[in-house]
Amino acid sequence: MSVRPRLTALAAVTALSSPLWIAACAPADQDAAAPAAGQLVPGQGTCAPDQLKTLKPGTFTFGTDDPAYEPWFSSNDPANGKGFESAVAYAVAGALGYKPEQVSWVRVPFNAAIQPGVKTYDADLNEFSITDERRNAVDFSAPYYDVTQAVVTTKSSSAAGVTTLAGLRAVKLGAQVGTTSYDAAKTVITPSAGISVYNSNDDAKQALATGQIQGLVVDLPTAFQITGAGEVPDSVIVGQLPAAGAPEQFGAVLDKGSPLTGCVSAAVEALRAGGTLVKLTDQWLAQAGSAPQLK
Amino acid sequence: MTSPRQQERLAYKRSRARRSTVIAFVSTLVFALVAWFTLTSAPGWPRVRDSFFDPHTALAALPHVLTGLWLNVRVLVVCEVAILALGLGVAALRTLRGPVWFPVRALATAYVDLFRGLPLIICLYLVGFGLPGLRLTGVPNDPVLLGGIALVLIYGAYVAEVLRAGIDSVHPSQLAAARSIGLTHAQTMRIVVLPQAVRRVLPPLLNDFVALQKDCGLISVLGAVDAVRAAQIDVAHFYDFTPYVVAGLLFVVLAVPCARLADATTRRLALREGAR
Amino acid sequence: MSEPLLRISGLVKRYGPHTVLAGVDLEVAEHEVVVLIGASGSGKSTLLRCVNLLEDVDDGLILLDGEDVSDPRVDADLVRRRMGVVFQAFNLFPHLSVLDNVTLAPRIVHGVPRDDAESAGLALLRRVGLEDKASAYPDRLSGGQQQRVAIVRALAYEPRLLLLDEITSALDPELVGEVLTLVRELAAQGRTILMATHEMGFARQIADRVCFLDAGVLVESGPPERIFTEPTHPRTQQFLSRVIAAGRL
Repeated sequence: MSVRPRLTALAAVTALSSPLWIAACAPADQDAAAPAAGQLVPGQGTCAPDQLKTLKPGTFTFGTDDPAYEPWFSSNDPANGKGFESAVAYAVAGALGYKPEQVSWVRVPFNAAIQPGVKTYDADLNEFSITDERRNAVDFSAPYYDVTQAVVTTKSSSAAGVTTLAGLRAVKLGAQVGTTSYDAAKTVITPSAGISVYNSNDDAKQALATGQIQGLVVDLPTAFQITGAGEVPDSVIVGQLPAAGAPEQFGAVLDKGSPLTGCVSAAVEALRAGGTLVKLTDQWLAQAGSAPQLK
Repeated sequence: MTSPRQQERLAYKRSRARRSTVIAFVSTLVFALVAWFTLTSAPGWPRVRDSFFDPHTALAALPHVLTGLWLNVRVLVVCEVAILALGLGVAALRTLRGPVWFPVRALATAYVDLFRGLPLIICLYLVGFGLPGLRLTGVPNDPVLLGGIALVLIYGAYVAEVLRAGIDSVHPSQLAAARSIGLTHAQTMRIVVLPQAVRRVLPPLLNDFVALQKDCGLISVLGAVDAVRAAQIDVAHFYDFTPYVVAGLLFVVLAVPCARLADATTRRLALREGAR
Repeated sequence: MSEPLLRISGLVKRYGPHTVLAGVDLEVAEHEVVVLIGASGSGKSTLLRCVNLLEDVDDGLILLDGEDVSDPRVDADLVRRRMGVVFQAFNLFPHLSVLDNVTLAPRIVHGVPRDDAESAGLALLRRVGLEDKASAYPDRLSGGQQQRVAIVRALAYEPRLLLLDEITSALDPELVGEVLTLVRELAAQGRTILMATHEMGFARQIADRVCFLDAGVLVESGPPERIFTEPTHPRTQQFLSRVIAAGRL
C-alpha cells in the first residue's frame, strides 16, 4: 500500500473521531448535594467552622464586586467591616463561629456571580435581589434586606418635576445590565424611549451627569448615596417605584446546591431574630424611607 | 474528432471523477452522522444543549437581538463610509512633499500613532462621556453618535496606515509615468496612485471591515442596546447562554458574505494586474 | 542659426557622493533625432530624467525653447506638458484601459473634452494598428503592444519633444521590430526625439546625431556614420568594439 492512501485513511479516522474528543470535554451532570433539611443552629454542629465545607477549611470566603459601592461597602475595601453588606457579612460569619481574621474576600463581577458555574467564593454579597430565574442558576440565602427601586435625576433635567409613574414614561431612562433595576424600569415604568443599558452603575452615573439619560434606576439606598454624597452633581431622587409583583429582597448568593446554604440562611435568620439586621440597617442605611412613593 | 485512445482516457477520467464525488458525499454523511450521534449521547450533552442551544430561549431572544443587530448594521455602514474617507484623507495628506506641508504631515502622523495605540474601549469612554462633559456648544450628546465618532477615529487610523502601505507599494515608475505626462501631484494621486493602492490593499481593508462589524457593538458601553447587549440582557433574564449563541450566529451570517466578496474581488483584481 | 529646441549646458547630477552627470552639454534642434549611446550607468537615463524635470539638477542649465526650465521657480508640471516620455518598463496604468491611458493627459491636463480626446486617441491607435485594443487593459497586451501604446500615450498631447529611454530593452527580440518601426515613422514625420538606446543598428539608421556618454560625460558626438565607423575618442572606440564583439552592431 503506497503512502498516500494510508495517510488519507489516517486523516479520515482522526476526523471522524473528533466528536468523541469534543464530547469528552462536555460537562457531566453534577448531582445536587442538597444539605439535609431540619433544624440548623449557626455556630453549632454541622454549622460550625470545623464542619462547614467552605472553599478553604477554617476560612469563610465572601465575594463582592470591584468597585464595591457605598453605602453597602466603604472605600471599596470590603474587609474593613464598614458599610451595610460588609457589616452583615462579618455578622453572618460571626454567627457561624468565624472570627473576623478567618474571613477573606474575593472580587467577582456582578453578572459573573449569578451565572451557573464554579464559584471562587462561599457566599457573595452584592445587592443581589432574589428572583426565581436566578434560582435556576444559584442558591440564595435567607433575605437580609427589603429593597425598593428608585429613580435618580438631575435638577436641570426634564424628569426633575415628575411626580407620577406616567410622567416617567417619556423620560430617557438608564440602568445597569442584568439588574432588577433594569427589570423594574422595563415592567413598572414601561418607558416609550427605550432604556439605555450600561455595564456598571459608574457608567450609568456618567451618562446621567452628561445628560445622555434623564433618569437612573437604582435601589433606594444607592439612590441616597448618589444624591447625598454628590456622586452626580445636582442629583435628586424623583421617587420610589412600586414593587413589580412580590417585594424585592436581597440575599447572599451561593453556588447552586452549595452545602453551606442552609447554615448561612440559618445565620441570617438568627441575625434577624436577634435584631442585628435592624441595627445594621439603621446604622448604615439611615435615610431609607424618606423619598416619595411614585404611583 | 478524438482518437479511440483519447476517448478511452477520457472515459477513465470521468469514472474516476464520479467515484471521487461519491466517496466525498458518503464520507461527509458518515462523518455528520457519527458526529451527531457521539455528541448527543455524551453525558454532558443535555446540560450543554439546554444552556447553549435551547430553542425556546433562542426564539424568545431573537426579536430583541435582531433589533439590536439593526443598530449594529446602521452604525457599521455609516462608520465604514466615514472611516474610508478619513483614512484616505490622512493617507493622502501624508504623501504631501515639501517643507511647507510639514505641520500637516506631522499632524497626520501623530493622529495615526495616537489612535492606533489607543485601546478602543478607552477611546469610547473618553469620547462618549468625556466629550459631553466638557459642555462645549455643538458637541453631540447622542451615545450612538459619540460611539460612532470613537470608532471612526480608531479605525480611520488603521485604514490610513493600510492605505499608506498601499500607496507606497505602487511602483515609483507609475509616479514617474504620471508626472511625465504632465499630471500634477494631486492628479497623480487621485487618478493613478490611489486607485492602484486601494486595489492592492483590498484584502486588509476588507479584513478591517469584518473586524469593524464586531467592534461596532462596543458602542453599547455608552448605553445603546446593540445585538450583544440585547443578548446579554436576555442571558441575564433567562439564565441561559442561548441568546449569545444566537447573536454570535447572526454576526457570522453578516460576516460570511463580506468575506466571500473580499475573496472574489481580490481574485479578480489579481487577475487584472497579472499576479496570477 | 535658430535657437535649438533643447539646450543642455553643464548639467551636473549627483546622488550622494556619486556623480552621475559631470557637466553635460547637448543641443537638440527642432525635428532632429539625437541618440544617446553608452554603457549602463553612463548616465543616459539620468540625463533624460533631468530633462523631464523628474530629478532636480545639481548644477547646469536646461533650456526648452529658450526658456530655463531647470529654474526651481518654474512650474515643472507645466513644462512636462511639452514633453513626452516613454520608459523602458512601459509604465502603462494597469487599472485604466488602453484608450483611457492614451486620453488621460489630453483630458485631465489639457482640458480636451472626452469625446474629442477619444476620437483623437482612436485615430492615433489606428495609425499604429492597435485600434481594436482600445478597450482592453494593459495586462492583455504583449510587451511590444504595450510599448507602442506608451508611445501613443506620449504623443497624444502633441509634445514638442519626445524622450525615449531605452524603450526596447525590456522587450523580447521579436517584438523590438514593431516598436522601432513606429519610432522610425515618428522620425520621418519630423518629431524632435532624444533617445537612449542599446540598439546600435537602429541608431545608425534613424539618428541625425549620435552622442556617446561615458561616466557622466559626453565624450563624443557626431553623425552616425562617422561615430560608428570612425570614432575618434579612445573610449568610444573601446565601447564600440565591445558592442561589435557582442554581435550587436
